[in-house]
Amino acid sequence: MSRSIVTEYQTVDAVKGPLIFVRGIKGVSYGEMATIVTGPERSMLGQVIEISDKFAALQVFGPTRGISPATAVVRFHGEPIEMSLSPLILGRMFRGDGAPMDGAPPLIPAHRRDVSGSAINPVQRELPRDFMMTGVSAIDGLNTLARGQKLPIFSGAGLPSNELANLIINNAGLANQGLAGQGLAGQGLAGQTGKFALVFAGMGITGREADYFYNSFHQSGAIEHSVVFMNLAGDPVIERFITPRLALTAAEYLAFDLDYHVLVVLTDMTNYCNALREISSAREEIPGRRGYPGYMYTDLAGLYERAGRIRGKPGSITQLPILTMPDDDITHPIADLTGYITEGQIVLDRDLNRKGVFPPINALPSLSRLMDHAIGAKSTREDHRQLADQLYMLYARGVEQRRVASIIGEEGLTEEDRGYVRFADRFEKDFIHQGESRRDMEQTLAAGWALLEGIEDRDLVRVSRDMINKYRPQRGDDELDKDKQA
Amino acid sequence: MSQRITRVAGPAAQACDMASSFMGEVVKLGAMGLIGEVIRIEGDIATIQVYEDTTGLMPGDPVERSGEEFSVELGPGLLGSIFDGVQRPLQALASGWGNFISRGAQIPRLDRSAKWEFQPKVTLGQMVNGGAELGHVRETELINHKIMVPHGVSGEVAKVFAGARTIAQPVAELADGTPLYMRQKWNIRKPRPVGKRLPSTRPLVTGQRVIDSLFPIALGGAGIIPGGFGSGKTVLEQTIAKHSEARIIVYIGCGERGNEMADTLEQLRELSDPATGRPLMERTILIANTSNMPVAAREASIYTGVTIAEYYRDMGYDVVALADSSSRWAEALREISSRMEEIPGEEGYPTYLAGRLGAFYERAGKVAVAGRPEESGSLTIIGAVSPPGGDFSEPVTQASLRMASTFWGLDSQLAYQRHFPAINWRTSFSLTHRAMSRWFTENVGEKWPEMIAKTQAILQREEELEEIAQIVGADSMEERERSALEAGRIIREGYLRQSAVHPVDVCCPLPRQLKTLETILGFIAAMDAAVGRGALLEDIITSPLVERLLRLKEAPPEGLDSLIESLREEYKTFFDSLEEK
Repeated sequence: MSRSIVTEYQTVDAVKGPLIFVRGIKGVSYGEMATIVTGPERSMLGQVIEISDKFAALQVFGPTRGISPATAVVRFHGEPIEMSLSPLILGRMFRGDGAPMDGAPPLIPAHRRDVSGSAINPVQRELPRDFMMTGVSAIDGLNTLARGQKLPIFSGAGLPSNELANLIINNAGLANQGLAGQGLAGQGLAGQTGKFALVFAGMGITGREADYFYNSFHQSGAIEHSVVFMNLAGDPVIERFITPRLALTAAEYLAFDLDYHVLVVLTDMTNYCNALREISSAREEIPGRRGYPGYMYTDLAGLYERAGRIRGKPGSITQLPILTMPDDDITHPIADLTGYITEGQIVLDRDLNRKGVFPPINALPSLSRLMDHAIGAKSTREDHRQLADQLYMLYARGVEQRRVASIIGEEGLTEEDRGYVRFADRFEKDFIHQGESRRDMEQTLAAGWALLEGIEDRDLVRVSRDMINKYRPQRGDDELDKDKQA
Repeated sequence: MSQRITRVAGPAAQACDMASSFMGEVVKLGAMGLIGEVIRIEGDIATIQVYEDTTGLMPGDPVERSGEEFSVELGPGLLGSIFDGVQRPLQALASGWGNFISRGAQIPRLDRSAKWEFQPKVTLGQMVNGGAELGHVRETELINHKIMVPHGVSGEVAKVFAGARTIAQPVAELADGTPLYMRQKWNIRKPRPVGKRLPSTRPLVTGQRVIDSLFPIALGGAGIIPGGFGSGKTVLEQTIAKHSEARIIVYIGCGERGNEMADTLEQLRELSDPATGRPLMERTILIANTSNMPVAAREASIYTGVTIAEYYRDMGYDVVALADSSSRWAEALREISSRMEEIPGEEGYPTYLAGRLGAFYERAGKVAVAGRPEESGSLTIIGAVSPPGGDFSEPVTQASLRMASTFWGLDSQLAYQRHFPAINWRTSFSLTHRAMSRWFTENVGEKWPEMIAKTQAILQREEELEEIAQIVGADSMEERERSALEAGRIIREGYLRQSAVHPVDVCCPLPRQLKTLETILGFIAAMDAAVGRGALLEDIITSPLVERLLRLKEAPPEGLDSLIESLREEYKTFFDSLEEK
């Protein structure tokens, strides 16, 4: 596909939003990159998104302000967007378009790869089944993450998604470097001992957020095994279109060439989707729901599906995309399409946040689809599934009764129903809430069983008798009596 | 040859000098020979949907016409395979081209070198028509593959070649010299002919209690499973693929997750058929066109899958085609339509969406096989639907609803409570329930319809009372009413809820469904009677008997009968003892 002669044109016909149209071109292919020179020392990158024998439409990764059809020169590269890769990429920071922002020179490439990636052949996929510790009870206990999974955080404006992401980054890194225990039975499992790397892609995030992550990476030393791409809120919107692709290409290189376990944090996907919408509207495409293009599902899948494991390769790519649900609406197209592609979701909740619960994870709509593969006697503990189901059942009932009580008043509830409400309160306070502390698997499961103390047998239908006898904390009769009196 | 590309936009391309082409013609584009299909012709310009990523194509690149419509290759070697949306074998693609999907790979769809032991059924001099059985090969331990005369071919059999043959070698020859192979081609967009459509009077037994008991699907029926994300569509489809009493499963992963396909593949390889102990993969064909694979191939994938399914139906098998998810197919249709700049209908979907969906679901049915009227086969189609925001009023759900005879509506609220399968018993329906009631009476039990009616009444009553309880509080309700609430809970927890992972509970055969439901309804009737006579509900629900009743579904099949017997006796004694208090 690449040519030795670079073709240059000065035939820009129209500039529309983030798009430019070049006429009279020859020998240019779909998906090809181009440099648009708009003045001395001023140039930016663009990509061909439609081509015909009469014109080429390019999306420009930079501000189109200042581009004049009279003077702009478009130089086609003869190849799609590629990025340079080498093992020295670890520890580096780049802008959203891939230019270094840490003062160091550009990477000397050992490889160059097309950033749009290719689909992993489904038969070559290895099902993620290695438990990945996050140190967060609401995740490890109830919605366990597996290496190679993509599990987004559904957040809302003002909710502490960055703090949660940071907690997970630090804990996942720790667990992996052997500084802390793995799953209880997890030692020595394949894939649990490998090298850990973090790839961070910020899209349209504020300077404050960028500083928060930047400082945190430096403090924890995570920066040494990280690759950071930062597209800030003030940077060109269209640049966001390539930022996650650069990040994922770097992640694929680290995971499948260099055998790292890579955690990819993509934040904020809402800004990415808005960039997609902007491009679509500039192309005058027929909008789908809320103005987002009809192909947004396919486009997002092209990013999220780049998580996973490959047969015979020790590395993995785990994705933790963060998105802000506009108006906390989980049916908003961004959250909705993401949820249809990813393997579950962690949902943050405003009420819990107001109550001071951290992390404010609402367990009910949260889900990890790969949990069953990652837990159990071989990796975490035999009672894990049953305990999680039991906690879910009682919490769902408590939340329901809380709602009923808000209509008819607490007096209208039966004693039994009041018990469920009390359970829900304790669940949020003692299990979900953990502050900045980190719980290992043993502590998480213990916290769960502690909640089942004093629950009537008839409500313990999701845990077997054996498990109850083995794991539920035993208490003396006098203690129980004391409870009753209280 | 001067056909060449004039325009490329995403999965759609245009080419000139194509006036003599025809709709549906397969073409190869560019130096890599990317596969595409003609979907519009205007003057000498043809619009082509390209089944591979178009990056790198440019105006002026050559276009090669094939003169043929898009078709699949049918023959032994399909079972146990995994194909992409345009029937490229992914296993072979991986061995030849590595871990990632590569473009322009020229690869035969079925293995040309594998030998199959052909056992002829026809005799020399016999007159055969399209659909006639030439003989069979043992495709897997589970399935005999009938070799049939392709439709449109007829004549006198002049030669027969028994024994080990490849699909590239003829197995018979007609008097006019026409060779007959074990493989044939069929255009994916054209339903295979049938002898006659037959009424469907028996269910596809799935082993899922809520389905078989309340909303059974007919063999040859069309069912849809709409539900928001996380409501369990895929798990339900996987469960049906694993445990239903179909002979052949075609599982179409259309625009869904790669890891899920890996999971399905792995499970079907590990799980064995209860009757023979052979891996279930031996009765299964997977079509995997994951969400990040080319969108045009996703559009084709459901047709590829359903055509293969029809082919096995024509051998006389009961076939189930599962499509996960039909919404992703509809989105692919929308994307291509928008690239063609067609005037959109509702929510940007093309106006022909409902028509295409209808035509797809109409390929389901129980039929007398074309060419062999004494034999019958069935094709049941079950499609998952992924409505945006879980809102069933959107076009794909609504269009599918009109076509489906069975509707299993998944409910996020049930899923949040981890009640799976999260089939909402209030909104779901089965239109063929009545037509099958005779089969149920004859094969499950005389009392079955009555028991099902009773179960539905209990759930209905619970729902009404819940509404009241939410206003006045359960505390101020009468004992009889609280007992009815408890009855609903027992049905939900002890019967409708079914684990997809518990080794016993995962599949519940019909005789066991009968016994379980009988026991549960018996308990509920006794509870109701006792409360009516003044017994305290509190005394009943705190009894360990309730817990044992709720766990009945998990009891191993060995000793189930004696367990039920003792449970019945115990609760009889228990209620009698309440009486005496």
